[in-house]
Amino acid sequence: MISPATTSINRSAVAAAPVVLILAALAIGLGSNGYVVTVLGFAAIYGIFCTGLNFFMGYTGQASFGQNAFAAIGGYGTAVLCERYNWDQTLAFFASMAMAGAFAAAIGYSTLKLRSHYLTMATFALGTISYEISVEWTSLTHGYMGYLGIPPIGIAGFELASDKQQLVVITLILLLGVWISIRLVDSRFGRALRGIAGSEAAAAALGINVARYKLIAFVIAAMYAAAAGSLFAHFVGFISPEVFGAAMVIQSFTMLFLGGIGTTWGPLLGALLVMLLPEVLRGLKELQDIAYCIILVAILIYAPRGVFALIGQGISRINDLATRRHQAPSDGKQGS
Amino acid sequence: MILSVRDVTKRFGGLVANDGISFDVGDGAMVAVIGPNGAGKTTLFNIISGAMEPTEGSVRFAGDEIVGLAQHEVAQRGLVRTFQLVQLFKSLTAAQNVSVGFHRITKGSVGSALFRRQWVRDQQAMIERKTSELLEFVGLEGLGGMMADHLPYGQQRLLELARALAAEPKLLLLDEPAAGLNVHETAALADVIERINRRGIAVLLVEHDMNLVMRIAQRIVVLDFGRKIAEGTPDEVKTHPAVLAAYLGGEETVRA
Repeated sequence: MISPATTSINRSAVAAAPVVLILAALAIGLGSNGYVVTVLGFAAIYGIFCTGLNFFMGYTGQASFGQNAFAAIGGYGTAVLCERYNWDQTLAFFASMAMAGAFAAAIGYSTLKLRSHYLTMATFALGTISYEISVEWTSLTHGYMGYLGIPPIGIAGFELASDKQQLVVITLILLLGVWISIRLVDSRFGRALRGIAGSEAAAAALGINVARYKLIAFVIAAMYAAAAGSLFAHFVGFISPEVFGAAMVIQSFTMLFLGGIGTTWGPLLGALLVMLLPEVLRGLKELQDIAYCIILVAILIYAPRGVFALIGQGISRINDLATRRHQAPSDGKQGS
Repeated sequence: MILSVRDVTKRFGGLVANDGISFDVGDGAMVAVIGPNGAGKTTLFNIISGAMEPTEGSVRFAGDEIVGLAQHEVAQRGLVRTFQLVQLFKSLTAAQNVSVGFHRITKGSVGSALFRRQWVRDQQAMIERKTSELLEFVGLEGLGGMMADHLPYGQQRLLELARALAAEPKLLLLDEPAAGLNVHETAALADVIERINRRGIAVLLVEHDMNLVMRIAQRIVVLDFGRKIAEGTPDEVKTHPAVLAAYLGGEETVRA
């Protein structure tokens, strides 16, 4: 038996490790050139997006292929409000999140009655429609040309001039987003979501209003997506329909499944891996796409529940070994 | 009277699955509904639990009409069901399964989850304490950390009961709780159901297993071809001629 003291130390160490790693990545970014800063910034922005998506897909067990629509609302909301109407950036950030949340509530109210592949189709259509709107509504979005001149992150007239400063703020927002998700999952609300993922019939039989909780999870995921879209617009200063296209859905799914869907830190790890891999493999020149795919397939074969789950298994195996070694001299007969 | 079923009829096209069924479940009573295959037990169960609406008739729970309410609304009033095929949250541990069960008697949504005021922390402590009490009550002490789907089937049934009890039901509806269990598991289950009833919780079970029903039920409602053909104590039902003819297939079976 592990003594309670050791367990709690282990547990808090395990809980703090990802935060330390993220801050380490931030420190590396701040010490390197602009290109690394951009890659890490994208990883953090996708991390926010995936943390929200994980709510709906990982914990509630529903599939949405249309979260890019809400990222687009965040991105274009920020662009139009800041560039055209000169809104304060922070105000525009929250306004576009609220707008995405309201849209999600309206759309989810009707579509979330659908199940499995019907829901998949409906959400996929949502993403496609939002893409077409961003292409066609040129007076608002400038169509394919994209939206230029979006100011960096700022508040009350004060702006973050450099990418490195923006990276710091984006990382802090990411950590805040993860903190919120941890709190929500570990609560009556979060337990209801996980119940719905396990069995909708059983959840309803325990008094859980399945439709309502699904809708709330969908709205939360949409607000995370909008925050990511908004931060992207600030960070790059430019958005176009392609930024929020179907590729965004595929990329975020890769991150979720690679990192570990339904875990707190898995999606972030996935985001970092998917963003960094192509850069690391750049030296391979024309072979880089092949190497990228081989690595993805290998991870999915050997870590079907994601890299994060693999790390978790490793930790518990080390713990088991340590426990056994600890027991061996004192009492050989006692099982673990 | 915790439950009153009055003239419940359910037609599926030309088929009459339930034909004018009426019976009551008293406060704290233990009632069983039995009948051969196709007698309409499952349909009746679905109507009472709110999963299905009757074509005609009424179901009153604690004095209120519950026909037309959604399943979760019925459950919120304190009528909690289990499933014929166990419906556990498989990717959660046994203890987590039970803790979801407290949904009905606890409060709070997104806001309270974020800010965690004192009452939220107290509530959480209450859930953790009662979860281990319930696991112990059904005989699963020490197994709280196990993944639900790693438990043997008999224990999964017990876990489902513990989860239903977490909702503090006024009436517990059990859909063939002994299905798929061996003799020992059935005995353990019967013991738990009797202890649940002794806590003052009314139990209505729909069941195939005659030994279980005869052992624990105070009153038995017998269905055949959608009609109620008999109602009474186990002893009355055992000797009722209509029951012998329809369900038990002759006196010899009953004596054995």
